[in-house]
Amino acid sequence: MTLIPNSETDAAYIIRNAAGDGKKLALCGGNTRAGFGNSAEPAEMMNSTGLSGIVDYEPAEMVMTVKAGTPVAEIEAALAANRQMMAFEPMDHRGVMGTLGEPTIGGVFAANVSGPRRFVSGAARDSLLGIRFINGRGEAIRAGGRVMKNVTGLDLVKLLAGSHGTLGFLTEVTFRVLPVPQTVETIVISGLDDAAAAKAMAAAMALPVEVSGAAHLPQTVRFRFLGGALPSGEATVLRLEGLAASVSVRAEKLAAVMEAFGPVSRLGLEESQTLWRQIRDVYPYSDGTLKPVWRVSIAPSAGHQLVAALRLETGVDAFYDWQGGLVWMRMEADPEADLLRRYIRALGGGHATLLRASDAVRAGTQAFEPQPDAVAALSARVKQKLDPAGIFCPGKMG
Amino acid sequence: MADTISFLKPREAVLSRRAAIIADLTELLPPECLVHEARELVPFETDAFVSYRRLPLAVALPKTTAQVAAVMKYCHRYGIPVVPRGAGTSLSGGAIPQEDAVVLGLSKMSRILEVDYANRTATVQAGVTNLNISEAVGIDGFFYAPDPSSQLACTIGGNIGMNSGGAHCLKYGVTTNNLLGVKMVLVDGTVIELGGKHLDAAGYDLLGLVCGSEGQLGIVTEAVVRLIAKPEGARPVLFGFDTSEHAGACVADIIGSGIIPVAIEFMDKPAIEICEAFAHAGYPLDVEALLIVEVEGSEAEMDAMLKAIVEIAGRHGVKTVRESQSATEAALIWKGRKSAFGATGRIADYICMDGTVPLGKLSYVLNKTSEIVERFGLRVANVFHAGDGNMHPLILFNANDPEDAARAEEAGNEILKLCVDAGGCLTGEHGVGIEKRDLMRHQYSEADLNQQMAVRYAFDEGWILNPSKVFPLDGRPAA
Repeated sequence: MTLIPNSETDAAYIIRNAAGDGKKLALCGGNTRAGFGNSAEPAEMMNSTGLSGIVDYEPAEMVMTVKAGTPVAEIEAALAANRQMMAFEPMDHRGVMGTLGEPTIGGVFAANVSGPRRFVSGAARDSLLGIRFINGRGEAIRAGGRVMKNVTGLDLVKLLAGSHGTLGFLTEVTFRVLPVPQTVETIVISGLDDAAAAKAMAAAMALPVEVSGAAHLPQTVRFRFLGGALPSGEATVLRLEGLAASVSVRAEKLAAVMEAFGPVSRLGLEESQTLWRQIRDVYPYSDGTLKPVWRVSIAPSAGHQLVAALRLETGVDAFYDWQGGLVWMRMEADPEADLLRRYIRALGGGHATLLRASDAVRAGTQAFEPQPDAVAALSARVKQKLDPAGIFCPGKMG
Repeated sequence: MADTISFLKPREAVLSRRAAIIADLTELLPPECLVHEARELVPFETDAFVSYRRLPLAVALPKTTAQVAAVMKYCHRYGIPVVPRGAGTSLSGGAIPQEDAVVLGLSKMSRILEVDYANRTATVQAGVTNLNISEAVGIDGFFYAPDPSSQLACTIGGNIGMNSGGAHCLKYGVTTNNLLGVKMVLVDGTVIELGGKHLDAAGYDLLGLVCGSEGQLGIVTEAVVRLIAKPEGARPVLFGFDTSEHAGACVADIIGSGIIPVAIEFMDKPAIEICEAFAHAGYPLDVEALLIVEVEGSEAEMDAMLKAIVEIAGRHGVKTVRESQSATEAALIWKGRKSAFGATGRIADYICMDGTVPLGKLSYVLNKTSEIVERFGLRVANVFHAGDGNMHPLILFNANDPEDAARAEEAGNEILKLCVDAGGCLTGEHGVGIEKRDLMRHQYSEADLNQQMAVRYAFDEGWILNPSKVFPLDGRPAA
């Protein structure tokens, strides 16, 4: 049975009782990101879909407050009607995870889900201004607020963002939105190997042209994007957004510099929108299989080195977002967690998250990057302060 | 000196061991890194919130993370309060010590350790000044975005402690949005690293929690910050309006239009007069409100954006429009604004409030602010970051008159409550410190505050890190 509270009071009541009885709860929204994290102990499912709806939206203030179980689609539609958007481009995990259902905004923030613009405009957590949540004692807690600048007290908002339902049950979120750019253009540089692409992307990011997306799509995945319409060879893609007059000036400038790296072509508004959505949603690995998929965050210049090192030892396919700092990897067979994490450490650090795998593989693999002892101990103490009885998703992040 | 804000009662067990503690610290630190003579302690007795001062027990100025760790481990063992300090520019009293505390100053850790353009990061020690980073990478076409007014003096460690903002955060965000990693010393001397050159945390976002924690969770000794390619140019335009309502509506429209200026600064009539008398920037004296809007980009981009912005201002009955045709004119437009605090200080003592309100409430809060201040028989000038609703009313008073000072404090408190009641918060960028500590219950419920304090306990069970700050002194839960 799934618990579906339809008010904050109900949610608090359920949690208070669960804490009293020592009953474990698996918290979720639409559960389209089911499978995130370590195999948790069995627990009763509790979702936020009963808490739905836009509470407050002032387009002129660029701030929206919604109940946590509100479908992302509903929010995107309301924003689009005012030509606004969530700048952090939350990814839709259904394709790659093979899940069904309706993604909720609470799930987006609980998993700190961001897309291609993250490396310049910030993650979901950077747009999140305020939250209401129920802690493990069953108390309703408010943190942050609805203004953009707020340093009043400890930033529990950041702590709850990305805590995957292990610290509290989100009931309401307030986040910043931005105007939709007037136009979008993508510069495509063709035929670069991974290392050359890393150099080209770094050069692009050093220019004053405000690139808002920088991805590299090797041969193995290139044909999966835009129905195969990208020019032949590897595709290094750079996105420019903003006022039309400004984008065209910047596109000229960027193209002129990128020509030194390889042949340059351009994509207009609609193709750009499709391409970046496909990159965001990890389209090439939305393949209906259970081959292990990793999401690796690493220094941008190290991404391709990591893949090159792994290729010598195992079957791996990869493509890059965030200037090379976000590596999406699909393993042919074994997830090779130890090998992967050893190389990440050797390349200056970062973290790998196992996004998808069969249950059997999942059971034997740490889904989240294991933390150094002192940090793990500190995190455990923090968890204890929010969820003293340890009832929220035990084991999921530990 | 005002005395309405209290500090924790000094720990007798610490005070009585003063000589022994200093002797022990001498063992842990080189001689030039320890200050304990009464005369030499005076510079550390306050910060930029000068109405309050307390002499610390001693000041440690370590040069390495290992020395910071040794001092922390020692103080933890003996329950000695530790007050971290960067450059001491806090406007909320965040760095004011107390009699039983060791000040842990990071000023000797002021090296830029690495600049990595391929990954657009700088790794710096906590005592590096904010401006130093931008200066070090400027020649190569990069900068570090958060730019608090005190950026010439304030340190990156202090910026992290307070999650500092600045005029340009409308586009680039505040410190927490530009911080990728820290090395930090926990209360017991353990050294941990959070984040790095990669994005987003593995596990809980402790980095996000530490940023803005006002020195209560640990001592940051190194930071990895994000660098951004410098825009080709920046150009301001100045608008004068007959009413602050018109100016406020103009701000909302500019932001709603899809143009994101790097800065939108607001000044009211008293502020215009004060700044003009001081800086002779040619500000119009026949308007009630003035906006400075700055855009960035190439010449062509700035032309396009400014054209659109001027059109919007036209729709809101703008009375004066001054576009800058040259760098000199641009500098002149900024000159008045940038000298606002100094110019105000020349005519009176002042306290600077820092509440943030939703953009739609700007005019309402401005009017109410004037009413409040008048009721206390004082004057106020408003200079603030309008694009993000971060108000900075400067309440003018005479510091030599204790009653005047008390009235200013009281008026300030009422204004901050007004900001909270309007849907905003007590502090947008200066921090709670001691200044707003006792107002925290106005913004947060008991449960909200208890949850924050509980998390604080996870880092510092004995409550020795900057203990008199942020949370009301009464009602702190037991560990």
